[in-house]
Amino acid sequence: MSIGFPRLRARSGRPELVCRQVVELVTDYLEDALSADDRRRFERHLAGCPHCTEYLAQMRETIRLAGRVAPEDLTPVMRADLTELYRRWRAEG
Amino acid sequence: MESDGELLRRLRAGDEGAFVLLVERHNGAMLRLALSFVPSRAVAEEVVQDTWLAALRGLAAFEGRSSLKTWLFTILVNRARTTGVRESRSVPIADAGPVVDASRFGPDGAWATPPEHWIEEAENRIDAVKLSDLLRVVLDTLPERQREVVLLRDVEELTSADVCQVLAISEANQRVLLHRGRARLRQALESELGGAPR
Repeated sequence: MSIGFPRLRARSGRPELVCRQVVELVTDYLEDALSADDRRRFERHLAGCPHCTEYLAQMRETIRLAGRVAPEDLTPVMRADLTELYRRWRAEG
Repeated sequence: MESDGELLRRLRAGDEGAFVLLVERHNGAMLRLALSFVPSRAVAEEVVQDTWLAALRGLAAFEGRSSLKTWLFTILVNRARTTGVRESRSVPIADAGPVVDASRFGPDGAWATPPEHWIEEAENRIDAVKLSDLLRVVLDTLPERQREVVLLRDVEELTSADVCQVLAISEANQRVLLHRGRARLRQALESELGGAPR
């Protein structure tokens, strides 16, 4: 590898991550399941890569948005059915 | 607000009001979860009712080692899997390969077609109801096992340990399914909302 080529070797001797690998590590990164060494390589890549930084931000946004799916309303019919169910269960003794 | 534990104590003492409060607290999430397992709303409501009945019958055995919500979900998932199995819309084979289409990277592994911007669109230009509906549709396109994990983890916000318990899968397996499911969800959001001017 020539000096100045973007894919420098880390001090550990392992090659730096490329974008294609970074997207596969995003969940392990967010779940804190990467080794300390891999975490450093991941963060080093992000520091120099706006696209992967955007990808990670979109992943966080995706997770946040998933939490916004509205729960279902408790309809009066369901409430009545469940109260009825409770009373039947009590009667079961 | 009374804790689930307090309401359970009252419920065990025969307090109907405590049951109604627990229903108000948990039924909406239970129905949301059930809807993703079974083909129709009617069946989903049935599964939720079955779950409540099973919970009442198992009340004495519930030791509170997991949260009430996790316990209810565990019952619900088991019921849903046996009651209303969806017609398999997703091929059940292992979904291998990269989570981002390989064609989006150049031969050096760097982005050739980078992620399109859509976060701002999602946050500012789409109203909450539309977004919720969109997410529902998108979640529905996920392969079943990925959908289950994403629903419990990201929609219901259970811990990974609780997700593993509810679905009876390993942590590693959970992480793989979560990774694939979230990546698909992101891609769907990009396809729906992306392409905004940078």
